Amino acid sequence: MKIVVCIKQVPDTTEVRLDPKSNTLIRDGVPSIINPDDKAGIEAALRLKEKVEDSIVTVMCMGPPQADAALREALAMGCDDAVLLTDKAFGGSDTWATSSIIASALKKLEFDVIITGRQAIDGDTAQVGPQIAEHLGIPQVCYAEKIEIKEDKLLIWRQFEDRCHIIKVGIPCLITALSEVAKPRYMSVGGIVDAYHTKEVMIWSYEDIMDTLDVSNIGLKGSPTRVTKSFTKEAKGTGAVLKNLTDDEAVTAIMAKFKEKHII
Amino acid sequence: MSKDIYVFAEQRDGILSKVGLELIGKARELADVLDQKVVAILLGSGVKAEAKILIEYGADKSIVVDHPILEEYITEPYTKAINLILIDKQPEIVLFGATSIGRDLAPRVSARIHTGLTADCTKLEIDTETKLLLMTRPAFGGNIMATILCQDFRPQMATVRQGVMTALKRDSSRKGEIEEINIEFVASDMNVEIIRIKKKTKKSVDITEAKYIVSGGRGIGTADKFDMLRSLADELGAEVAASRACVDNGWIDKNYQVGQTGKTVRPDLYIACGISGAIQHVTGMEDSELIIAINKNEAAPIFDIADLGIVGDMNKIIPKLTESLKKSKRIEGMV
Repeated sequence: MKIVVCIKQVPDTTEVRLDPKSNTLIRDGVPSIINPDDKAGIEAALRLKEKVEDSIVTVMCMGPPQADAALREALAMGCDDAVLLTDKAFGGSDTWATSSIIASALKKLEFDVIITGRQAIDGDTAQVGPQIAEHLGIPQVCYAEKIEIKEDKLLIWRQFEDRCHIIKVGIPCLITALSEVAKPRYMSVGGIVDAYHTKEVMIWSYEDIMDTLDVSNIGLKGSPTRVTKSFTKEAKGTGAVLKNLTDDEAVTAIMAKFKEKHII
Repeated sequence: MSKDIYVFAEQRDGILSKVGLELIGKARELADVLDQKVVAILLGSGVKAEAKILIEYGADKSIVVDHPILEEYITEPYTKAINLILIDKQPEIVLFGATSIGRDLAPRVSARIHTGLTADCTKLEIDTETKLLLMTRPAFGGNIMATILCQDFRPQMATVRQGVMTALKRDSSRKGEIEEINIEFVASDMNVEIIRIKKKTKKSVDITEAKYIVSGGRGIGTADKFDMLRSLADELGAEVAASRACVDNGWIDKNYQVGQTGKTVRPDLYIACGISGAIQHVTGMEDSELIIAINKNEAAPIFDIADLGIVGDMNKIIPKLTESLKKSKRIEGMV
């Protein structure tokens, strides 16, 4: 079985802080990580590989050259091959353009199953997976919590807010993984050595995939959506902050507020 | 020329979802600015009767595709139906709920039709000059807000989470047109098979529906402290919720999580106990009517958005507050 996992390198948004003076993001020193849902997707792919003989797991990432680190980590976890899609022409792509680029790159590979994470923690759109599936014309199953193989098909536990669907899907297909799908393994020492010495990260630019990709569909120019303005949120008007109260005084203050707002 | 605002009115088991009704309310406001119509799209099996309800909530028209294949959500038949309707009708704007169905369907539709899609918008307005839809959403884990445009492609599409917009009051005297559309489905549209449906049986509380919320954060320290919060919640008729830290620690189920990766709530009262107020959490609750925060750390950012902040030990304050509420009820009962 040929499995391709699409990952994104993201800043660890839980580490991002706002500069209280300039009200801008402090990005310096914020570590880059493999997006958590994608990392779970890598683990799910490696577990499928362990069950099906002669499987290959390829990991693919679009991003700046530094995204090499994310791919090396995936190789160290046990992925067989890695592809980095990097080109200045890809910069500024929205989800439509990004999914067009990744879909064109996927057409260069043979695949049975494509796994992406449900969503990335920096953008939170959850769009690129389904859009890749549409560009490739293959079925998608989103929010996978569990993946099993049954004969030549996959069984996927798809989580919705109020129900779980057990879905049977043939190949090829695209699955978006929840973090719950599998707890990612740690890189092994041998894996790390392999990732940097034996295995290679293939680097593809626009030219490598241009036969199936129209230049008018990539980058800022090829993106239907555009950010016109970004801003930090204005803080809501601050109410009273009471300190050095006794516990009873605190209760009285809260009860008074309840009464004022007709909660009691 | 494209015109009118379309809303995907989601239903499950024949019951209309709240977010669809909220979006009709928002679409009404936008349509009035543009002097256009609001059209609700309803897909399902045996759902015709619900079409009128969409009109009563503010739609000028409902389009219904009623077919057995649409009973349970499957990506391809839903995408096909929506896509054919959009190609035929050429709307200006299409809105979807940012539910698991909406977030599966909308990107697939946007890719097929070749247009932009903005996820999880918290604000939608019409630019007075260009008449374009201004779609504002949190990015970077809620640290910044971005306003997004889709200038050259139609329709302009957005998803919005439940609880962000407000539904209009239902008005059973409202009249509108109901159009039934037949879509021809073929066997290959069923490219996946649902072999079993497991509905979540445990009485799952929907915190987005709660009027009052008592919420716990990392500062509560242990899982059993939720019992203390539940006692307070019971006295108030509130639901319990939590920040991501509690969910990550396994203290409470993810269903109760408020914030960027959880749910967006805006109850009449939100009591934040031991929640520091990281932006990822605040994004999900800052529109609450009244925010009361209790935290030991007076520098906690939650105090920046609280209407009443108490610097103190919630382990002592909460039980006393619960007791005080009990007492006040007894006194009222005597009068």
